[in-house]
Amino acid sequence: MKQNSMLAMILAGGRGSRLHDLTNKVAKPAVAYGGKYRIVDFPLSNCANSGVDVVGVLTQYESVLLNSYVAAGGRWGLDARESGVYVLPPREKAEENLDVYRGTADAISQNIDFIDTYTPDYVLILSGDHIYKMNYAKMLAHHKENKADATIAVREVPMKEASRFGIMNTDEDGRIIEFEEKPPQPKSNLASMGIYIFDWKLLRKVLLADMKDPDSSHDFGKDIIPKFLNDGRNLRAYKFKGYWKDVGTIDSLWEANMDLLDKKSELDLNDPTWKIYTEDATVLPHYVGEHASITRAFITQGCVIDGEIRNSVLFTGVKVGEGAKIIDSVLMPGVEVEEGAVVTRALVADGVKIGKQAVVGSADSENIELVAKRVKGVE
Amino acid sequence: MVKAFGIVNFSGKQIYVEGLEEFRPIGSFSFLGRYRAIDFPISNMSNSGIDRIQVYIRRKPRSLIEHLGTGRHYSINSKRGKLQILFSENGSENSIYNTDIAAFRDNLENIRKMHNEYVVIAPSYMIYRQDFDSLIQTHITTEADITLLYHSVDNAKDAFLNCNALNLNKQKGVLSIEQNHGNAKNRNIFMDTYVMKKELLIDLIEKAQKTSSMYSLLDIVSAELAELDIRGVSHRGYFAALTDFNSYYHANLSLINYKNTQSLFDEDWPIYTRTNDSCPTRYFESADVRSSVVSNGCLIEGTVENSIVGRGCVIKKDAVVRNSIILSDTIVGEGIHVENQVVDKHTRLIHVKELVADPEKPGYIRRGDTL
Repeated sequence: MKQNSMLAMILAGGRGSRLHDLTNKVAKPAVAYGGKYRIVDFPLSNCANSGVDVVGVLTQYESVLLNSYVAAGGRWGLDARESGVYVLPPREKAEENLDVYRGTADAISQNIDFIDTYTPDYVLILSGDHIYKMNYAKMLAHHKENKADATIAVREVPMKEASRFGIMNTDEDGRIIEFEEKPPQPKSNLASMGIYIFDWKLLRKVLLADMKDPDSSHDFGKDIIPKFLNDGRNLRAYKFKGYWKDVGTIDSLWEANMDLLDKKSELDLNDPTWKIYTEDATVLPHYVGEHASITRAFITQGCVIDGEIRNSVLFTGVKVGEGAKIIDSVLMPGVEVEEGAVVTRALVADGVKIGKQAVVGSADSENIELVAKRVKGVE
Repeated sequence: MVKAFGIVNFSGKQIYVEGLEEFRPIGSFSFLGRYRAIDFPISNMSNSGIDRIQVYIRRKPRSLIEHLGTGRHYSINSKRGKLQILFSENGSENSIYNTDIAAFRDNLENIRKMHNEYVVIAPSYMIYRQDFDSLIQTHITTEADITLLYHSVDNAKDAFLNCNALNLNKQKGVLSIEQNHGNAKNRNIFMDTYVMKKELLIDLIEKAQKTSSMYSLLDIVSAELAELDIRGVSHRGYFAALTDFNSYYHANLSLINYKNTQSLFDEDWPIYTRTNDSCPTRYFESADVRSSVVSNGCLIEGTVENSIVGRGCVIKKDAVVRNSIILSDTIVGEGIHVENQVVDKHTRLIHVKELVADPEKPGYIRRGDTL
């Protein structure tokens, strides 16, 4: 079904090195989140729910798992005729040197041929590592209404934090007049979310010129947006309200999971009109044993729990033995916590086993403890 | 090369599950929260390498058609494999003529078209794990005409009363097939599962039709016991027949015991079902859940004990759910006490405070009701 003339490109090449051991073997967009999801499920599901039917996913760093994961477009319903999810790692081209993606803009430039085959009017540029729910169709309508050359999604951040972000200064009509990356004295609190809609013909032209520019770092924020501004193009800010999180560190990943336990959280994963789709695990519903006690928790299928769970998020297939305690923690897929072990303020990586009576993390630690290796039990 | 195609058969008229079956066929019953009964025979076939499967429906097809769809979620090859949904073209729901044989006869061309030499016929209303490939191998080795799968039980006096039992000789030859009337403890309960050559099935369909318009597959197989070499093969592991309301209730509750679950489920033998894309279940501060099986998409603030909770249920504060099966999208309101009940889908329990049934006679709350 042809729904709108916009194609999406998801930038998913980032390593996310501040996530340490979690991204040793997988790229950041493939990191698990929220019990059953991976981070990249969010932009992909948003596309599916917004009627954006063709999505290119630009992968680079440790992309084996990510490539096979996103290639199964059926998970997000993006497998009808004229729709699809396409994995686009860097590739060798005739007459050019094999090259990695040199920047976010270069990743798009190197795939102009792919985009051209769909002849879209608009291209939506997304990041693969943000958690949020957004209707891109509304943003496109805003783009068209303002006859914009480019539209940038922004959100209001507290003024005192504004100097940590890329800040858009706009006039009363919402037209962007200035863009400042991490300004020491911010003039506004509208932070760029790294979500752009461009008129494809215009962007194509700008990208071709950028490719040849030896001084460019080939980055949307550093090169392409300033170029649009210098050329006097009509750039518009599209204000987004709602939950949005960039999970760059272990602490922020833990926090984003904990947000799901907050009654006032703006991220409602239970909304039947805007579901987040993901891989379907063929596992049992979760089992709660006779010794279990569960309060304030987010628990998914495949878990088997006989211990105490308090203020924690448990991912697919987690096992918690009798007498074990899980407090203020995030247990990623397949984690096993044996009898009597205590896990506090920790983020336990995929498949890690914590032995009997072991103690991991502590209630008064400043940072969340990342547990990425097997913890031996106490005999 | 796969030697067999599969037929998932419907239940005969002697089987009726009070309440639930008014709304859908047994194959479409919710089972253990996230499954439907028919997921078990189809997954058994798919895992055994059978990727051409015919599902026969006697009545009320809507929910099954929606659940089965293209069959893609059963991991059947989408080009070579096929999941067909078939039904009798002529019979009305309660007609005595609406038998499995009638449905097979109306679809005889579809059966003839199958390239496979053998057929495995399994019921949509029984829950068990079985490698049909090894069953076919046994069938071939013993050179039997028909192989019947059975399960030896020691509680046939109180359970499996709507099922049939096999009387076997020492060589596992089937002497007779009769209804279990509950007059003996130990019986070999027939699992309504057959292996035979496709050509023999076609012969039996034609013969049944000539003998009596009311004949079912079981009738014609019984009638052929003297003529054909029909043998039993014993099944081991978990077995439940959803053949009346009590058996449905107890089969579900029996799987709250994780040991029983492990004798039915196996990591190398996935049971496939259609995903609903529900998010994980959320437990609130006041939640108190023990000895239960909980599906995704629920919001739990109350107490749940020894129960099975389906997808998308809401258990409010001070609500108590005990020894019950709560089907999907049900709301149990604040302070409501539900015990020994099967609560059908889309139900809102918000007014009547005490919904407690006799443990010997579990209750049923109708689909979509507000109480």
